[in-house]
Amino acid sequence: MYLFLLLPVVWLLIFKYWPMYGAIIAFKNYRPADGIFGSEFVGLYNFQKFFKSVYFERTVVNTLALSLYSLVVGFPIPIIFALLLNSVRSKTWRGWIENVTYMPHFISTVVMVGIMMRVFDVYTGLVHNVLEIFGIRWTTDMFIGDKNFRNLYIWSGVWQGTGWGSIIYMAALSAVDPQLHEAAIVDGASRWKRVWNIDLPAIIPTITITLILRFGSIMSIGFDKVFLMQNDTNIAAAEVISTYVYKVGLKADSGMQFSYSTAINMFNSIINLIAISTVNAISNRINGSGMW
Amino acid sequence: MSIAKVGVSRLKRKNKIGITTGEKVYYFVVNLCLAVFFLLILGPLINIVASSFSDSDAVGKGKVLLWPVRPTLEGYAAVFSYKGIWRSYAMTTFYTVAGTLLNLAFTLSAAYPLARRNLPLKKPVVMLFMFTMLFAGGMIPGYILLKNLNMLNTVWCMILPGLISVYNLIVCRTFIQGIPTDIEEAAKIDGCSDIRYFFSIVLPLSKTVIAVLALYYAVGHWNDYFSAWLYLTDSKLYPLQLILRTILIQNSFDPESVTTEENILGNKSLQDLLKYALIIVSSAPILIAYPFAKKYFMKGVMVGSVKG
Repeated sequence: MYLFLLLPVVWLLIFKYWPMYGAIIAFKNYRPADGIFGSEFVGLYNFQKFFKSVYFERTVVNTLALSLYSLVVGFPIPIIFALLLNSVRSKTWRGWIENVTYMPHFISTVVMVGIMMRVFDVYTGLVHNVLEIFGIRWTTDMFIGDKNFRNLYIWSGVWQGTGWGSIIYMAALSAVDPQLHEAAIVDGASRWKRVWNIDLPAIIPTITITLILRFGSIMSIGFDKVFLMQNDTNIAAAEVISTYVYKVGLKADSGMQFSYSTAINMFNSIINLIAISTVNAISNRINGSGMW
Repeated sequence: MSIAKVGVSRLKRKNKIGITTGEKVYYFVVNLCLAVFFLLILGPLINIVASSFSDSDAVGKGKVLLWPVRPTLEGYAAVFSYKGIWRSYAMTTFYTVAGTLLNLAFTLSAAYPLARRNLPLKKPVVMLFMFTMLFAGGMIPGYILLKNLNMLNTVWCMILPGLISVYNLIVCRTFIQGIPTDIEEAAKIDGCSDIRYFFSIVLPLSKTVIAVLALYYAVGHWNDYFSAWLYLTDSKLYPLQLILRTILIQNSFDPESVTTEENILGNKSLQDLLKYALIIVSSAPILIAYPFAKKYFMKGVMVGSVKG
């Protein structure tokens, strides 16, 4: 039995736990020649450096802004979508909507950003071409300047993720006992009233869990999409913690500051850990069952 | 007419009346909202397909909407003649196939023992895996590790760091736990060893979850760009997504890769057309697999959501 576990656990220790040990360079002044253990210990210097730098406020604000914006917009839309889709009666139409809206989920981030740049292209994009029919000139380059960055990031996320995000609610909705609906019909409840009084309550537990998970990752905005959307003109809005970690750590022209980058990374991980633990404790109290 | 029948017919009538009045408005509004959303998603997708089959002049002048204008295969010809794309396509295929096989081997071999009811030390090992979902060493320590292992700029750095996704491990374990214990007891009485039980009973019974995991891992590898960006500098090893980034997002074309007679470097319209065709070519495997794989993908969401 343990033979099966041997390789996976060895892998786990090397590729997951060794880097955790390696993260102690956050408290050191890491130099490759001295190694992780041998490098000079500097205490909280790297953390203090980050807290004092102008990037602290900027990256934390940008990260929070993106995740709160996506919480307000990206969280309710799949729920509304699922409720609407669930009351569609034609099976064919419903199948079409599902097939088309789930598809963007599988598009890679690079292609997704590529599609955005195509669609919003000032001269040849779909938006330009459609507006031209109505005689409107499209001159806004969405990627220039930091004004549109957040809208673009969030609404492209809605475009890509709504269908897929609704699956979990659709599953909960399909578990609703049809007798409830039949009884409500007999009592004269309109379709809308049934959505409000039967369907919505049925998915409240699922909504609670997904909402809790969202709050747990409030400070983690993934690297990929933000980084791909960044350019010199929008960087004031587009620098988040994860991209900044990369920039100070591995980008050749910002000095390969390994220890400093790791300290910022660790600061973020600790906030995330606190967030998810808090949220789990709250969930334990409310639902009587947390995630662990 | 019996009382029951009267009741039923009255119910039916009521039903009909309900549908003809307020319900009609409700269904109309619902379908309208969904139709708008449906078109907002489908429109850009169709526009990209249509553009990719149009001629470069029409694309460059911004004339393409939802149907190809003067259909040609010019864009695809440009993609085919661009050398860097094909090498990276082959590399990505390799990372996806080799990576997914190793992912499956490791995930299944960890999930099987952890799905057992009474394995001593099971709890701490599960905790060991779960903890990595909550906390990780971070970008730089991971980079230093690969550097010290001399794995930077090798195919290993594309495969090994993500060998097991703990989320997938949990999905897999939940599934294997669902296999009835009677089968195991019967097999044990017949003298079946753990290893043989795994290969001749657990694996064949887990086909569904294996398909789910394989699809999740494969899509992950196909779309992965982060690890290549961090760990690879040798352009021979670049996966497709990195090449896509230079062309689609940075809008830069490598002069050495261009073999076509037509000079793509100075021709903006052709560059735009190539981008459309490239989006299609690079997403083709996933789009082709999608109709067949959809139910497995959805199953993955369900199994995962049961465990929270």
